[in-house]
Amino acid sequence: MAELMLREAILQTLFAEMERDENVVVLGEDIVGGMGTEGGPEAIGGIWGTSTGLYDKFGGDRVIDTPISESAIIGAAGGLGLTGKRPVAEIMFADFLGVCMDQIWNQMAKFRYMFGGKTECPAVVRMIYGAGLNAAAQHSQAPHGILTSMPGLKVVMPSTPADAKGLLTTAIRDQDPVIFLEHKALYAEKGEVPEGEYTIPFGHARLAHAGEDVTIVAAGLMVKFATKAAQGLAEQGIGCDVIDLRTTSPLDEEAILDSVENTGRLVVVDESPPRCGLATDIVSLVTNKAYASLKAPPEMVTSPHTPVPFARELEKAYLPSPGKIADAVQRTLAWK
Amino acid sequence: MQISEDALKQAYRQMKTIRMFEERLHDEIMTGEIAGFTHLYAGQEAVAVGVCEHLDYNDTIASTHRGHGHCIAKGCDVRGMMLEIYGRADGICKGKGGSMHIADIEKGMLGANGIVGGGPPIVVGAALAAKLYGDGRLAVAFSGDGACNQGTTFEAMNLAVVTNAPAIFAFENNHYSEHTGVAYAVGSKDIASRAESFGMKAWRVDGCDFFKVYETMGEVVDHVRAGKGPAAVEFDTERFFGHFEGDPQNYRGEGEIARLREERDSIKIFREHAAKNKLVSKKDLDAIDKEVSDLIDKSVEESRAAAPPTAEDVLTDVYIDYI
Repeated sequence: MAELMLREAILQTLFAEMERDENVVVLGEDIVGGMGTEGGPEAIGGIWGTSTGLYDKFGGDRVIDTPISESAIIGAAGGLGLTGKRPVAEIMFADFLGVCMDQIWNQMAKFRYMFGGKTECPAVVRMIYGAGLNAAAQHSQAPHGILTSMPGLKVVMPSTPADAKGLLTTAIRDQDPVIFLEHKALYAEKGEVPEGEYTIPFGHARLAHAGEDVTIVAAGLMVKFATKAAQGLAEQGIGCDVIDLRTTSPLDEEAILDSVENTGRLVVVDESPPRCGLATDIVSLVTNKAYASLKAPPEMVTSPHTPVPFARELEKAYLPSPGKIADAVQRTLAWK
Repeated sequence: MQISEDALKQAYRQMKTIRMFEERLHDEIMTGEIAGFTHLYAGQEAVAVGVCEHLDYNDTIASTHRGHGHCIAKGCDVRGMMLEIYGRADGICKGKGGSMHIADIEKGMLGANGIVGGGPPIVVGAALAAKLYGDGRLAVAFSGDGACNQGTTFEAMNLAVVTNAPAIFAFENNHYSEHTGVAYAVGSKDIASRAESFGMKAWRVDGCDFFKVYETMGEVVDHVRAGKGPAAVEFDTERFFGHFEGDPQNYRGEGEIARLREERDSIKIFREHAAKNKLVSKKDLDAIDKEVSDLIDKSVEESRAAAPPTAEDVLTDVYIDYI
């Protein structure tokens, strides 16, 4: 085990997979940084620190620094995947999904199905998402709900450095297109990461905290907040299961239902707005399949139905927080 | 221009197959037996065949919503295509794709595409992969004069130049983007100059004359295989049918289609050139016509009788695995 930041775990995984398999290719805007400048390649080394040194090690044919052209980046990833390569594309901010949606939604997600199962596109699209850095409405969104609704995609949301490694390795080796969502506010998060070969299967949630009274379901950064809330509640004698989904597609329904059948109470935490999203999806699952176990109406802690605001005070009000989660837990317990 | 008699016969066979496939579909769609939207390629045969005659099995192409011709030219199974268009379980995509989504990766055909401008970015990826394979292979994006106005096409052309990818952007200017004329929709009037402005070499050629297409494509393919970067070609060609089957085509000029069929018919032009230069005998070409006609008859007959997919088939082929 080594203690790493989440961003370091991503970088090390890319290094290891590129070394292991020559078919792994990475591409994206400024992933090399400095191309065509006096500073030269690697002058920046990727703005997130998740691709630093890859160009020097693997060269420009496998580490492709692209212009600001998201449709071309994702389309190229699709074409590389269709013709035998394993592309890992980076979308610098997940919000830019808006300018490459077609290549994700209509193209790579559907190749296998449209072409009668005779085609595979093993592409990974890394997207840096989420609020918390006051980056405002077009650089802070959490679009996992939209992506999870698309058949043909797998959607991954790691919450710890160890999971980032295990899940990214699985993503790169998977035969389907995978959206890999990295929360920018988790990049400096530290944690123990297993050394050597480490994979985590998709569709298997992780129990981040254990308790008997309430089930809290979360993904990505929200797992950190939910765990913090659960730790505070534990001091007051309230026990919470915190289920870290790890992947929203496929979804580990069993882990959620088993826990709710035990606790009888559900709080779903979701960073995105409340309508047609992950929270409504999970509440619907539980009310359909574990209705008899429920002792109180499920609670949702989500962002409001607004764009992500800029000012510190506004963004704080926008995002779910450990306090808001703890309040929701108390509401489910107080319900008569 | 060097081309053997056998290669010429094969080219004619493919052009004729495309023509008869499309003419027959035009008739069969009238019967109501074929579901969905179908866009016919008749009139543009010399482009698909003149381009693909230069390609090897490991070169790739991406096509458009008007894709039947590209599929046939790249070697997709005609019978499997017909079954697919009829929505049958044994279709080339098991009835899940239909006319707009025919693909055959084994043949280097990366898919027809229901999204105008969907293909060019994918082709850049295939070209980047080709560069990594390092064996001279290349990738071709077929696009129409409609796709030349999509931002995806611009992004793809720029990325191909920036990465020196072995990609060919084949623009088939048939003068209509759906139901709108090029004179209105393409601001620059000329597509090749757009490609040139992205920093690649571009050619312009008559897309109704196989011999001219074939000769030009020889230069284009040599250029790209030599590692000189991506290239573009604008083909001046004609669309004999509507945008889709059922299009009333009331935007056409009076007598326009009859004139195109008289003066701009790629099959007729091929036959005249072959006769004048004594390249292939009329007897041989007539024999090919018969052979192709039988193939199309048989494909339609088989497709009509073939079994459709079952309701259970809806759920398969979405993922390799999904807990």
